[in-house]
Amino acid sequence: MSDYAVELINVTKSFPTDRGGELFAVDGVSLSIRHGEFFSLLGPSGCGKTTSLRLIAGFEKPNDGEVWIGGKLQGNLPAFQRPVNTVFQNYALFPHMSVYENVAFGLEMHRVAKPEIQRSVSQALEMVQLPGLERRRPRQLSGGQQQRVALARALVNRPKVLLLDEPLGALDLKLRKAMQLELKALQERVGITFIYVTHDQEEALTMSDRIAVMDHGRVLQVGAPEEIYERPVGQFVAGFIGETNFLPGRVVEARADEVEVELLSGERVRAVTSQGLSRGQEVTLAVRPERMLLGSAPSEPGWNLLAVEVEDVVYTGATTNYLTRASGGLSIMVRRPNEDAGGERPVDRGVKVAVRWRPATGSVFVDDPAHQDGT
Amino acid sequence: MSGKAEHRSRGPLMVVPAALWLLLFFTLPLLIVVAISFVERGRAGGVKLPLVFTLAYYQRLVDPLYLGIFWSSVRIALIVTGACVFVGYPMALFISRVAPRGRNAMLLLVMIPFWTNFLVRTYAIKLLLSTEGVVNNLLLGAGLVEAPLDLLFNNFAVVLGLVYGYLPFAVLPMYASIEKFDMTLVEAAADLGANLRRAFLRVMLPLTAPGIVASVILVFVPVVGAFITPDILGGGKVEMIGTLINRQFGVARNWPFGSAMSLALMVMVVVGVAYYFRTSAEKERPL
Repeated sequence: MSDYAVELINVTKSFPTDRGGELFAVDGVSLSIRHGEFFSLLGPSGCGKTTSLRLIAGFEKPNDGEVWIGGKLQGNLPAFQRPVNTVFQNYALFPHMSVYENVAFGLEMHRVAKPEIQRSVSQALEMVQLPGLERRRPRQLSGGQQQRVALARALVNRPKVLLLDEPLGALDLKLRKAMQLELKALQERVGITFIYVTHDQEEALTMSDRIAVMDHGRVLQVGAPEEIYERPVGQFVAGFIGETNFLPGRVVEARADEVEVELLSGERVRAVTSQGLSRGQEVTLAVRPERMLLGSAPSEPGWNLLAVEVEDVVYTGATTNYLTRASGGLSIMVRRPNEDAGGERPVDRGVKVAVRWRPATGSVFVDDPAHQDGT
Repeated sequence: MSGKAEHRSRGPLMVVPAALWLLLFFTLPLLIVVAISFVERGRAGGVKLPLVFTLAYYQRLVDPLYLGIFWSSVRIALIVTGACVFVGYPMALFISRVAPRGRNAMLLLVMIPFWTNFLVRTYAIKLLLSTEGVVNNLLLGAGLVEAPLDLLFNNFAVVLGLVYGYLPFAVLPMYASIEKFDMTLVEAAADLGANLRRAFLRVMLPLTAPGIVASVILVFVPVVGAFITPDILGGGKVEMIGTLINRQFGVARNWPFGSAMSLALMVMVVVGVAYYFRTSAEKERPL
């Protein structure tokens, strides 16, 4: 069991709703989080990621299932006896205490000797690059500084596992990006297992060793960032992580590792898959916008081609997004890097053009309601 | 621009009604009380004319008899205030934790007694506690006591009546404070290893203290000078400053002594409250 820092086994948590019903915030979740791992729980709001974190911290008790931390079954162990610490979404710093008192609080509760506390607190504040602010009150600090104090307050206790509940949510974009890299570096330095809750897929991809994608209280996929992005198990994951063009159709020819799919418009495209699909199955192809090219020439053999009309061209700095529409009303986005400053854009709004992509790129999902979530 | 200037020039005028009101109905009566306390009494109440200056009434205040009554009033007020806080804080906490709809209903329940006349409520308590009252009948009927208990006309009855009367004043400010309190902070304390008791003492109590202080002031100040409740429920056996002052202006017909006592009480309360705000303001100052 202690191969893992944290294990959730078939954990379920429901809350009563106003109408006397039951809402399953966490519905049969099983997760195994390794020692020293940066593990993210990723999903839209209400997907159960924060509740999962609170179940690990001990703020909530599961209706069913087991929570293990460091090889020990937590059972009904109250939060204050668990070997984890939390960085809260709003930081939850004690407003009536100085920065020093905030960071020292956990050590004091564990009856650490005074000189030891002093040493640890200044070490922790140095670690988060906040020395010299010991006597300030939380409200005298900027959001970024408060965030660092919250981090120091948790890390100073040397927890087995650090739980972070969207800790960067309140920071502006630039600071958030910097903090992402800093957090990741910090985690590698201290070697503590981080469980990180976020709804920001880019944040999860940037920092995590592994990601669990959640929706409606269930874990849909667990994997390394690349795995999740390149091989999503279902339409939800493909749509939630990054952007994806979905092309619904029907299998008209199935070979060993390739299928030919007739789109709703009647056009045929090919896709590589080893799922062993058969003729007549309803499927949806998922192709990332950046894996598509505009224009038919030079036509490489085997590429898929689809005639579209460019409806909008959106310049986003590093890339340009081409919002196009194929026959049958299917909308397809193509994303191209802006390679030459001031260079001509290849196409403009209203131009009829072809989009092309390799059959090996993207995924094929079978349109079975029971399979849609990839379960 | 001109509109703004007009506003500014007319601003001071807006305090005139309030200032007049305070001058007429607060400052002036207070000054009259001060004046009365320094002159000799008239035979049938009021003051002796022509006025004769004297400090006799203030000298009389330090008589052990009156000092004793002062002290017992303060003691009763402290007990009542303590009881109100101890009962009111959990009540306020409970109300702040229920769903919003139930919360308003409960706050309404706390305030409903205000809609009944204070005197009527005090007499109701008297009925409850009297020898043939509801409480004694229940105890006798249940066979818990052999003879009716003496629940009325003692300190217990007065304290009970005052706690009952002033509990809402304690609950509402504490509720306001607790309702604003962010419960995640208790979770944060627990997360850092504090058990419930320590999380309460180190985090929740200091952060809801302003509500407690407001409650203490709102209860202590009127209770220390209360006179109706000790009069009715004490039955003349429980003497408080309020009853004493009331008597000076009534049957004793000694207005100057009553005035001196009122002022002494007022000074005591004002000094106490001012001292508190001084010290708490120092603590609040950023380091």
